[in-house]
Amino acid sequence: MIFQTRLWAAFAAVVATLCGLAAGQPAKAGPTLDKIKQAGMFSCGVPTGIPGFAQPDSQGVYSGFDVDICKALSAAIFGDPGKVKYVPLTAQQRFTALQSGEVDILSNNTTWTLTRDTDLGLNFGPVVFYDGQGFMVPNKLNVKSAKELNGATICVQPGTTTELNLADYFRANKMEYKPVVIEKIDEVYAAFFSGRCDVMTGDATGLAAQRIGRASNPDDYVVLPERISKEPLAPVVRHGDDQWHDIVDWIVFALIQGEESGITQANVDEMKKTEDPAIKRMLGVTPGMGKALGLEENWAYNAIKMVGNYGEIFERTLGMGSPMKFERGINGLWTKGGLMYAIPIR
Amino acid sequence: MADIAQDIPVVRQAPPPRSTRALGWLRVHLFSSVFNSILTLLAVGLLAAAVPPLVRWALIDAIWSAPNGQACHAGGACWAFIGEKMRFILFGRYPADQEWRPIAVVAIFIAMIAAACVRPLWGRRLAVVWFAGLSAAFLLMAGGLPGLRPVETGLWSGLPLTLILAVIAMLFGFPLGVLLALGRRSRLPAVRGICVGYIELVRGVPLITVLFMASLMLPLFLPAGVTIDKVLRAQVAFILFAAAYLAEVVRGGLQAIPKGQIEAADALGLSYLQRTRLIVLPQALAMVIPPLVNTFIGMFKDTSLVLIVSLFDLLGATEFALTDSNWQGFAVEADVFIAAIYWSFCFFMSRYSQLLEREFNRGKQR
Repeated sequence: MIFQTRLWAAFAAVVATLCGLAAGQPAKAGPTLDKIKQAGMFSCGVPTGIPGFAQPDSQGVYSGFDVDICKALSAAIFGDPGKVKYVPLTAQQRFTALQSGEVDILSNNTTWTLTRDTDLGLNFGPVVFYDGQGFMVPNKLNVKSAKELNGATICVQPGTTTELNLADYFRANKMEYKPVVIEKIDEVYAAFFSGRCDVMTGDATGLAAQRIGRASNPDDYVVLPERISKEPLAPVVRHGDDQWHDIVDWIVFALIQGEESGITQANVDEMKKTEDPAIKRMLGVTPGMGKALGLEENWAYNAIKMVGNYGEIFERTLGMGSPMKFERGINGLWTKGGLMYAIPIR
Repeated sequence: MADIAQDIPVVRQAPPPRSTRALGWLRVHLFSSVFNSILTLLAVGLLAAAVPPLVRWALIDAIWSAPNGQACHAGGACWAFIGEKMRFILFGRYPADQEWRPIAVVAIFIAMIAAACVRPLWGRRLAVVWFAGLSAAFLLMAGGLPGLRPVETGLWSGLPLTLILAVIAMLFGFPLGVLLALGRRSRLPAVRGICVGYIELVRGVPLITVLFMASLMLPLFLPAGVTIDKVLRAQVAFILFAAAYLAEVVRGGLQAIPKGQIEAADALGLSYLQRTRLIVLPQALAMVIPPLVNTFIGMFKDTSLVLIVSLFDLLGATEFALTDSNWQGFAVEADVFIAAIYWSFCFFMSRYSQLLEREFNRGKQR
């Protein structure tokens, strides 16, 4: 048995090395656009279920923010939002699935980091959602900002970056707090909703989901606007196909620009008649942009007409029009104090 | 004979007086000593504390219909969630307009299992029934025939997926396991070495690693663009895993066969195949029914591990259903529901094994 154990360990080491090699050298896939046009569809790696981002309705139809990004891509490329094969992937599986060509793109709540961008052989599209650690408080405390939390009792999970970020934030702002440290995240939330602490801290999306999921009346709680850590979520493609990377970039930019220019699902047809040269270029009235990307000239028109602009997608899946009731906050347009800024389409 | 019977005087006696009516029964069974009395009182106290809130939660305060999750948080259990999500929990992402197909597949599987439980049907006919049933089930699930829209395996989910993975793992794992067990006791060193190596290797790693290897490592070694079906990968992992465990169970039975049986078979001039088929295996397998069924039950529940490779079996589909933002926070209700489904299958297997055990070991009963 000892011999067999060693043999197994040696085998595992070889496998690990090979995987390292495989991960370092991106798969040499051909031009993705040709492949998916031929297949008439593309596969999109989405989460296995995160409320608001990728969730099934009772009929099993996927919906949510990540799903709508895939739909917008499909609408821009094929003129039909339904040409997507949704492949649910866990956090562990997703990069392998992209590297091995099982999916063409990840829209999977993936945080953009340096090592993922380089070592794993991936390319990130524009950030579609800025998540980050936040605070949730009961409404009755009448707190409007994290800066007012001096002296608060805070529920937190130990041994995570969450706990360290919390300590850093309070030290940097010269505030005091009393931590209530509980091992299991489920019990941390239970402690908060039963009133054992004033404040709950964690990823803002998680806080929002728990707020609607657990509170007997979600309106009794509010997620404060401050974010004390960075979790920029972006769609991901493989190294080795710049055209495909560009297409993903610009379709996302078009969604954001659509909101900025006031182009909505409802008025996009009227907007086509506008005199604004920037909008005419984007919607394909003045040709050129589509050709540069290798798409039809009405790519951006289709995406907005069929799925909506960035703001509409956000409101429908995560914002006030959804059960999640998420504030725009830093995910608002740059013109409104947020971080969403589209690169000029010209 | 009749005369003798008449000669024996039959004295009709009244039954012993039932001094032990309700009170007597209580005294004998619940209050036979001080210690037992204390235990009884404690148990009654615990029940009194636990049952009323449970009944209130599950029945009295329960909400049976609600338009959405927010309206369902006020009272006790929200059975409206189960009503709303039943279809999704049972059949998952399988296209909703094709729902009759997974229903038919579940019916076919239950019918095949029922047929396999009737002993007079055992034999070639049953094999034909199973072959036909499995082919029909596969065609129904996958489609592709005229009138049946193709449905890719990535969308197979819920109860049909659980049944397919578990039943096929047992169906193919069992013969493979018997061969491995026989091979492990072979006199040929090469055969024995391969069987021992295989069994120890597979039993030495957790099932979750095998699934991970199959779903994460394998694609990296294949040429770009080549992918093997995800369900097939998991199914093969389950078969190989089941075979290794069943081999050890069967080996236990083989070792319990007295040497005299084998010598007697040899003395009769039976060949190895005849001896194994007619003398050794029937006795060995009858002896290991309880551990075999134990392994089957374990495998049935282990199928839920496919959750980690994002296949949605019964448990996976349930977890997935729980992420609907319109219906948040009903994990307990959902878990109770699928626990009942798992329990019914496992309880059936366990009862049927007890029946088989009694029938096969009738000769050894005293």
